[in-house]
Amino acid sequence: MQYHTPPSFEEASRIAASASGTTRFLAGGTDVLVQLRSDLVTPDDLIDVKHIPGVKEIARQEDGGWRIGVAVAGAEMTEHPDLGRDWPGIVEGMDLIGSTQIQGRATLVGNLCNGSPAADGVPALVAAGASVTVTGPNGARDVAVADIPTGPGKTCLEKGEVISALNIPARGENGGDAYLRFIPRTEMDIAVVGCAVNLRVDGDTITEARVVLGAVAPTIRAVQACADALIGTTLDDAALEALDKAARAACEPIDDKRGTVEFRTDVAGVLARRAAKIAYARAKGEQS
Amino acid sequence: MSKIHVTTKVNGDEVEYLCEPRETLLDCLRDHLDLTGAKEGCGTGDCGACSVTMDGRLVCSCLVLGAEAQGKEIATIEGMAEDGALHPLQRKFIEHAALQCGICTPGILVAAKSLLEKNPDPTETEMRYWLAGNLCRCTGYDKIIRAVMDAAAEMREAS
Amino acid sequence: MALDGPKQDFKYIGTRPERPDGWDKVTGKARFGADFSMPGMLHGAILRSPHAHAKIIKIDATKALALKGVKAVVTRADFPEGLEGEDWNIQENVMAGEKALYDGHAVAAVAATSQLIARDALKLIEVEYEVLPHVTDVDKAMAEDAPVIREGAADYSVPEGMHPNVVRYMESGRGDLEKGFAEADLVIEESFTTEAAHQGYIEPHACVANLGADGKGDLWCCTQGHWFVRQMCTAVLGLEATQLRVTPSEIGGGFGGKTTVFIDPVALALSRKAGRPVKLVMSRSEVLRATGPTASASMDIKMGMTKEGKITAASGTFRMQGGAFPGAPVDVTTMLAFANYDIEHVHHVGYDVMTNRPKQAAYRAPGAPMGAFATESVLDELCRGLGLDPIETRLKNAVKEGTPATFGPKFPPVGLIETLEEARAHPNYSVKLGPNQGRGVASGYWMNWGGETSASVAIGDDGSVQVSIGTVDIGGSRASMALMAAEAFGIPYENVRVSIADTGSLGINEPTHGSRATFASGLAIIEASREATRKLCQRAADKWGIDADAVTWEDGCAKPSGPNAGEFDPLTIAEIAAEMGSTGGPISGHHESTPDGFGGSFGTHVVDVEVDPETGRTTILRYLVVQDAGKAIHPAYVEGQFQGGAVQGIGWTLNEEYIYGEDGRLQNPIFLDYRVPVASDLPMIDTVIVEVPNPGHPYGVRGVGETGITPPLPAIANAVRDAIGVRMKKLPLTPPRVLAAIKARD
Repeated sequence: MQYHTPPSFEEASRIAASASGTTRFLAGGTDVLVQLRSDLVTPDDLIDVKHIPGVKEIARQEDGGWRIGVAVAGAEMTEHPDLGRDWPGIVEGMDLIGSTQIQGRATLVGNLCNGSPAADGVPALVAAGASVTVTGPNGARDVAVADIPTGPGKTCLEKGEVISALNIPARGENGGDAYLRFIPRTEMDIAVVGCAVNLRVDGDTITEARVVLGAVAPTIRAVQACADALIGTTLDDAALEALDKAARAACEPIDDKRGTVEFRTDVAGVLARRAAKIAYARAKGEQS
Repeated sequence: MSKIHVTTKVNGDEVEYLCEPRETLLDCLRDHLDLTGAKEGCGTGDCGACSVTMDGRLVCSCLVLGAEAQGKEIATIEGMAEDGALHPLQRKFIEHAALQCGICTPGILVAAKSLLEKNPDPTETEMRYWLAGNLCRCTGYDKIIRAVMDAAAEMREAS
Repeated sequence: MALDGPKQDFKYIGTRPERPDGWDKVTGKARFGADFSMPGMLHGAILRSPHAHAKIIKIDATKALALKGVKAVVTRADFPEGLEGEDWNIQENVMAGEKALYDGHAVAAVAATSQLIARDALKLIEVEYEVLPHVTDVDKAMAEDAPVIREGAADYSVPEGMHPNVVRYMESGRGDLEKGFAEADLVIEESFTTEAAHQGYIEPHACVANLGADGKGDLWCCTQGHWFVRQMCTAVLGLEATQLRVTPSEIGGGFGGKTTVFIDPVALALSRKAGRPVKLVMSRSEVLRATGPTASASMDIKMGMTKEGKITAASGTFRMQGGAFPGAPVDVTTMLAFANYDIEHVHHVGYDVMTNRPKQAAYRAPGAPMGAFATESVLDELCRGLGLDPIETRLKNAVKEGTPATFGPKFPPVGLIETLEEARAHPNYSVKLGPNQGRGVASGYWMNWGGETSASVAIGDDGSVQVSIGTVDIGGSRASMALMAAEAFGIPYENVRVSIADTGSLGINEPTHGSRATFASGLAIIEASREATRKLCQRAADKWGIDADAVTWEDGCAKPSGPNAGEFDPLTIAEIAAEMGSTGGPISGHHESTPDGFGGSFGTHVVDVEVDPETGRTTILRYLVVQDAGKAIHPAYVEGQFQGGAVQGIGWTLNEEYIYGEDGRLQNPIFLDYRVPVASDLPMIDTVIVEVPNPGHPYGVRGVGETGITPPLPAIANAVRDAIGVRMKKLPLTPPRVLAAIKARD
């Protein structure tokens, strides 16, 4: 295995493009090193992106949005004084991944690139309408976070392409987001079901909404029917029931060691309701 | 396979080692630097027995490559007692019988120290969540939590 | 053995001093299994079968041996033939012969100059398998069409006509079941299952082996019992027992799982072949796939009760699988299933069944928790059905001194009633519960063990005392040993140093198992100390010119035993020690025995839970352990045993399980998915130590290590029943199972 520490994303991309064997990018390493240690994936070329300037920065953009470096660890997001005020759902999604120790290393972009449908960091990003900048042999392009995963363990990134930044839109007025997941223990598990809700209110009425489910389909899934169930309502019981029903209808989960089809479907509805209540309270400024 | 030369600081001392690219920081601490206080309980970041801090940040050393330690500052259990005196956490762990077999103890002490540096007055719940990545199979955590709470109280009083 | 009645007044016993190895353990200096190394040492790695059941056609290691740095490869061909019985089982388990019997079964091993090279070499070993049909479920393994794990493995006890996978059969009981059930006002019959759980010790198995072609060797390893390791390794490798010296490292948890061997004989074989020391350390997934989890069980229970709460009859059938070898602890399960209660009509049937899973090993009270889960659940249903309080009902049926046990003999003094009374009086038992909350009660028993024991004490030239024992310290027992020696000598705790001797330094000691270390090594230390104090008295007598019978030992001093003995100033241990070279030579004491006065320990647990009705997740709100310790030598470590046992039981009940796929492979071989409890899952674990002295120990000690894992399974299931109104009969109580039960209820 060759270990590289390129000084720029262009150089990182060049190394990856010219590599002949298995390539992995190393940021937090909390997935890559697990695969390495268990002899699941031994990359021929391991490209550590942490020596590239700016990868550890969390920067507010002129439009009020955020640009998050690809090597920003979860703990750094949680500790940031302002990011969590804008996007508490994104920050809590990231914060739920693994232990304190994992939080010291794991990154949102790594969570995205791992391609797991159960990734805790991703649903809230999709709900927020976040995008990533991808640097490749043909220059840079922006891709919606929602479009990156294409199946379990798979992404749309091509050979030589590397994510070089994460872009989160401006929060805007009267918005709120939330992420909840279900795990059997209180910590340290992979989500059996995850749900992010991002919405905006006008007074008591929801005017915009996005609902994204995790671990109930081959990829993280944004569910328009769930959003439709919320928009125009005051999150009354009827809206919550419609949301629950739409969330359950959107599930195409699998039976596995972590949960059954029936369980995942039921709990998707439960989490959608609970996350919507939190996001709604946050949008109205009633809860942080 | 060519080895990588790494210069890093461990418990305040500058050290050098040669490592394979695949070797973890935990491998390097244990096999190249003879610092066997950090333990490998799982190799997947699930047990916390290998906890160290890197540039002040709590990490699992099994999930850091040895090569990544270049130019960093690493702190391990071996550096916790200073000038022959135990850290209050170490004393309280002995006093409260907060260890039985003791294999998880180094990792838990490093993690608890990191918590108290960040939050000198954590609630029991905060403590339990902070330490959720440090598995202990012997104690049921009760006496560990009591020892950390007692150490935190003593450290607050002393400061 | 003739012993004085248990001592009652203590100076050191019952205090909570700092453990002697505390500094080493909190500073990272303590050396555990993987912390040893030797000059010239190689690193080993083991190739394991990916198949649950497969014939091994061919193993070709040519490419592996050609890899630079590889020094040796061993397969079964490197082990002697002709072993029998359990020796053969162990050899077959540590290195597969004709067949791989489970996912993870060792098939070859490599020694190389680095761990990475050894791991790379494994990928170059070519194994040709013929995959065979497999079975991993106990009930399916008994079915007529189940694949046969091994013909001829069954012993004489198995009646004709049973499947060859049934390898032991047992039946026991007394009275007249029919009559007993006819006397009942309510009879309940239910079936239950429990899944295999792993001990989950945080330290993977590790060893350093050095074995020469001359058949002489040394082994450093983490084990609960190094004489067991010596016996097993020498048997498996065809060596003479005493030519192998085994030195135990500090041990990072065992809970029964480190009372046998998995990698040690392989490391020795590699070392013998390579002519160099070899270190072998398991990965976590190897630990979960290829060491010894406990058995899984399938059980049918029938119990009858009068409306006053008297159990009239009980019967149980227990089917247990312990992997691809005989040995599921069904004998203990049947023995203890109803042991809490005075039952006239009782009957047990047990089956030991083989499957394509790893060879089970002991796990804290091996066999007891499964049976308790089933029987204490049925007892709870009887109480509910008859509107009776669970503690009052248990008190009505509880065994006490003189009660004939359901497994035969009459009970000596035991403390079940005392634990129930303490539980009833504890504030936890009367906390008001909220919605979706429930309370569960259960009792449990472990009979404890004595075992072969040998210990020495030696007086230092300054009067301090060196204690050598052969039971490894797995949870702070050195502190208890030092306390008992301090008490026996009447010297300060700090003046005692306790060492764990290697196999070359003491007679045979059984492992730290069966909750025996504090009982048996403690007893041996007290007796050895008494021998030493007799010698100290003799030296004083010689000096004073009086008869040794006229000297007594008190508070660390030899004193004339009364006015008739003469007027002499007491001689301290230090004063006698300072002169011992010129008064007859070194002074030591020794004791060897297989003590049989181990008193069993009863416990009663009370747990409150809350169940999320929408997700089925169970949260433990409060937890109380009440248990009989006989005499708590170091109460803090007794509480620690109670708490640790309870939390392992919580894990087994809520989330821990071996999950096998259709392909017979273990689906959850890492801590991410083998879900042991984490700190945030739990409340504080409240404890009450009951002390009903054990007449079989000079200080009244009962072992306390194991009982604590037995009541949690039924106590939590009973609490969940209280919260959701549904009886859960399958462990673990995972959220999907609980939610499905709630939905089925509605």
